[in-house]
Amino acid sequence: MTLRTHSTRLETNGLSMAGHAGVGGALLALATMLLAACSGSGSGSTLRFWALGREGEVVQLLLPEFERANPGVHVQVQQIPWTAAHEKLLTAFVGGSTPDLAQLGNTWIPELVALGALEPLGARVRVSALAPAEFFPGIWATNEIGGEPYGVPWYVDTRVLFYRSDLFARAGVARPPRSWEEWRDDMRRIKALPGGDHYAMLMPTDEWAQPVILALQAGADLLRDGGRRADFKEPRFRQAFQFYVSLFAERLAPPLGNAQVANLYQQFADGYFASVITGPWNLEKFHLRLPPERQGDWATAPLAAVEEADYPGVSLAGGSSIVIFSPSKKKDSAFRLIEFLAEPKQQLAFYRLTGDLPARLAAWNDPVLTGESHLLAFREQLHHVTPMPRVPEWEHIAWAIAEATERVILGQQTEDQSLDRLQTEVDRMLEKRRFLLDRRARGANP
Amino acid sequence: MSARTGRARREGRAGLAFVAPALGLIVVFFVVPVAAGFLLAATDFDIYAIGDLATARFVGLANFAALLRDPVFWKALLNTFYFVLVGGPLSVAVSLGAAMLLNVRVVRFKGLFRTVYFAPVVTTMVAVATVWRYLYHPRFGLLNQLLGAVGIGGVNWLGDPRWAMPAIILMSVWKNFGYNMIIFVAGLQSIPGTLYEAARVDGAGPWQQFRHITLPALRPMLVFVGIITMIGYFQLFTEPYVLTGGTGGPLNATLSLVMYMYKQGFRWWNIGFGAAVAFVLFLIILAGTLVQLRFQRERE
Repeated sequence: MTLRTHSTRLETNGLSMAGHAGVGGALLALATMLLAACSGSGSGSTLRFWALGREGEVVQLLLPEFERANPGVHVQVQQIPWTAAHEKLLTAFVGGSTPDLAQLGNTWIPELVALGALEPLGARVRVSALAPAEFFPGIWATNEIGGEPYGVPWYVDTRVLFYRSDLFARAGVARPPRSWEEWRDDMRRIKALPGGDHYAMLMPTDEWAQPVILALQAGADLLRDGGRRADFKEPRFRQAFQFYVSLFAERLAPPLGNAQVANLYQQFADGYFASVITGPWNLEKFHLRLPPERQGDWATAPLAAVEEADYPGVSLAGGSSIVIFSPSKKKDSAFRLIEFLAEPKQQLAFYRLTGDLPARLAAWNDPVLTGESHLLAFREQLHHVTPMPRVPEWEHIAWAIAEATERVILGQQTEDQSLDRLQTEVDRMLEKRRFLLDRRARGANP
Repeated sequence: MSARTGRARREGRAGLAFVAPALGLIVVFFVVPVAAGFLLAATDFDIYAIGDLATARFVGLANFAALLRDPVFWKALLNTFYFVLVGGPLSVAVSLGAAMLLNVRVVRFKGLFRTVYFAPVVTTMVAVATVWRYLYHPRFGLLNQLLGAVGIGGVNWLGDPRWAMPAIILMSVWKNFGYNMIIFVAGLQSIPGTLYEAARVDGAGPWQQFRHITLPALRPMLVFVGIITMIGYFQLFTEPYVLTGGTGGPLNATLSLVMYMYKQGFRWWNIGFGAAVAFVLFLIILAGTLVQLRFQRERE
């Protein structure tokens, strides 16, 4: 993921909101004033498309072909930095200035669906070439809320094991680990290699991805009762939690946060850590930033499972989707653009331009992708991905999980204390959701 | 009589007309948002309410009650007070010390030093924090290499909950002391040299001169600097935000009240709850300012 910051033009329109919306509007107006909505103008047959970061820059190269095939339709791309995108989408919704369609990180879909901002796409998908079977199943699932798709996958992300094959070999590890037990055993051997301060694994303690991946591998649901309650005290989550925390207790991974890893690539090249779980955005970086003499010494592999029989273990279903906003008046041409960008040919062109992995299965048969050895692990892993709980509170919950593990890693709380607190915290976060779901259920069957 | 009251009324009306634009702006941009903020704090306005206002519930003081039960809030409050009570006086003391050094007659290149000390104030926070992140790096950081040279083992500055806040304070003091220093320099230059001469004739040593001439003469500046520094330090945000990558970690050791408010309000969209945090911060700053003013008035 390329993070770019641009200065964005901000227009506050809180005052006009207060004028016509009364007391409730005053609250809304404050929110608007605080948030500052950015409005754009749409005219005639101009499709307004918000795309994020580098993708927003590069997608413009694909559009002339679409515009040739669809005379009279002009696509206006607005490029939005990743760091500002989440806030901007919400403020645009509050300010009534959402674009026709936008690229979304697929974990944001539940939030925007909760707002009622997105157009359900089921009916359109059924009559198009975009059958769910054309995509990785776990990735497609991230776009569905209550069985209805609200987005179409554009490109995919997941995390796999990046490891130093030379160090693994030197430690007598013949193949990448397939079960947790084998994995831990491998890590111990690597840790036991001679030579200075070094670790088998880098797992930044302030990242939620690693503990969540392990929990999903162990089969934990994280939430129960349809996302009404936290579920962190059941044995599967506890097993993953224990495994994760023990890697730090055994000093197989250093207790460092993300901000303290000065240079991931250099430290990987130096052998300070022999493996890391990360995503496709790092493939290009590893090629560019590891020294030439190290290029033959790294490889990628799907993640281990709890038991070898289940190999490969699951990973996160990440990536971006394209969605249509419900207020749009040009939904038909917007969907044509989605279909266009999901064509295998365009997906491949996009891969060549950005390195973003295609969401469409057919595109993966092209030699451009099959010829790249580091991608094999991704291809296999992408068939074993699980969506995270699809509730709007997810970002907050994920943060609480990372913090719960950190409390134990840094020795501030015992496992039981930490899990108790996590359970209480997340239950409290879900209070509003319980209230709304229960009210809706009562409304349905009075 | 009636003519006079009539004229007074007319003048009053004219006066009101003159201040009306300013009053209007204050009402629109200050009174209304503050009132709306307080109203928000009495609701559970959140992501669901942004989508459908009907889902917002009036909760009275429940947000404040939840705050008091929230361990993260207490941690953020404690961190903020830690920063203000340790960092604030330290910053003022360093500013005063630097100003007095610059004011000593024998020091040369005063203009150069003034500029150099002031440079961090005008440097972008993000750039400063990036550089300091390298200084604090546990393995390659300059700070740990210097400590290592005198035999002190590596401190995990931003990774150890005990050291993270001192690291933030150190950086903040370095970044901010130049501004207050300039104010103190101006104050020191306005103290007549004759006072010091008279004191020396009476046999006062350097400490007594400082205690009985410099400090009393600088009192107005000290009040101003003290209050402004306190208000600014209570609003701690950028320093830990940039140094810790937006997490306030490790283990919330650098999470400040403003950062907590930001996270609740704009990352997790618990806007009602965030407004309650803002209100508590407002009350604390108000109380702190009143205490300082009262303290200064009593001494006068």
